[in-house]
Amino acid sequence: MRPVRYNENEKVYLNDLPENTYTGEGFMATKLSSVIGLARANSLWPLPFATSCCGIEFMATLGSNYDLGRFGAERMGFTPRQCDLLIVAGTIAKKMAPILKQVYMQMAEPRWVIAVGACASSGGIFDSYSVLQGIDQVIPVDVYVPGCPPRPEGIIEGVLKIQHIVKNESLRRRHSETYQQLLTECGIQ
Amino acid sequence: MTAYFNDIKENIEKEFQSFQNWNTNSDIITFEVSASEITKLLEMLYHDFQFQFLTDLTAVHYPEKEKQELCVVYHLHNLSKRMRLRIKVYLDITKPNIPTAINLFSAANWMERETFDFFGVHFVGHPNLTRILNVEDMDYFPMRKEYPMEDPTRIDKDDHMFGR
Repeated sequence: MRPVRYNENEKVYLNDLPENTYTGEGFMATKLSSVIGLARANSLWPLPFATSCCGIEFMATLGSNYDLGRFGAERMGFTPRQCDLLIVAGTIAKKMAPILKQVYMQMAEPRWVIAVGACASSGGIFDSYSVLQGIDQVIPVDVYVPGCPPRPEGIIEGVLKIQHIVKNESLRRRHSETYQQLLTECGIQ
Repeated sequence: MTAYFNDIKENIEKEFQSFQNWNTNSDIITFEVSASEITKLLEMLYHDFQFQFLTDLTAVHYPEKEKQELCVVYHLHNLSKRMRLRIKVYLDITKPNIPTAINLFSAANWMERETFDFFGVHFVGHPNLTRILNVEDMDYFPMRKEYPMEDPTRIDKDDHMFGR
């Protein structure tokens, strides 16, 4: 039936409020860090580092059927300086490793990384002289998405996991000991 | 066509002592010469028989052939007569030296670099014989058949879910 009318009986879901929030009629009191976390999580700017079939699957994730834009992450940036979420989708050859590392180093803090698919996570089927056995050998990784390639649902789940991390982690994660140690292990800084 | 190839064969037989194994049964006519005569042979085929297109230049490793472990393969194409030739040169893997073909074919430049990269064939006279596809600091030749398929002692991929 056209025109489509808004179904008033359908329940409207609102985003969860941050933890320890005090609400009343017309006001909401919470921590500044929670608000910043909420804002960061729902406006991620991904940098797609797509090298093979996982990249195609990632493109499908951005298309209208799956629509990553629903989660506030539809704005791809093709410069690392603007982006805060590095999505590595595909096989990374050993010769590509320094380039990937350079791209990561050009991103400003705060920054997060998703390894999409078996190749980016572990080298996958390419147990070979020329392929990097997982990008975590050169950069720290927040979320691994399994699959060869993963379905768009899997990639969305990975982004949601990142959002969960972004909402709940410390705003000053970059200064934490674990993070600093990870960067040192990867030879960054 | 056969007559033309017989003409080529007679000419090579006359001038090249290392010529052997003329094989007409495979898809492309194939024969062997030694590394010392390859430059002269390519020049003759180029100028006298118009084999002026170097389709491919690569190598094969035969670990079981003693003193002939590495085989450098040239694929030549005569564009006007639509004919092809395959030339094989066997080398000792301890001294894999063969003269470069760059003076005749510019295309040989990168193909020789690739063959060096993967098999360690040393093309004498090449202006820039460095790795072309693999990382620069690699210290082995990956396409030689001298490595196990997978290191059975590695533990970083030991995952019973994937049957390793």
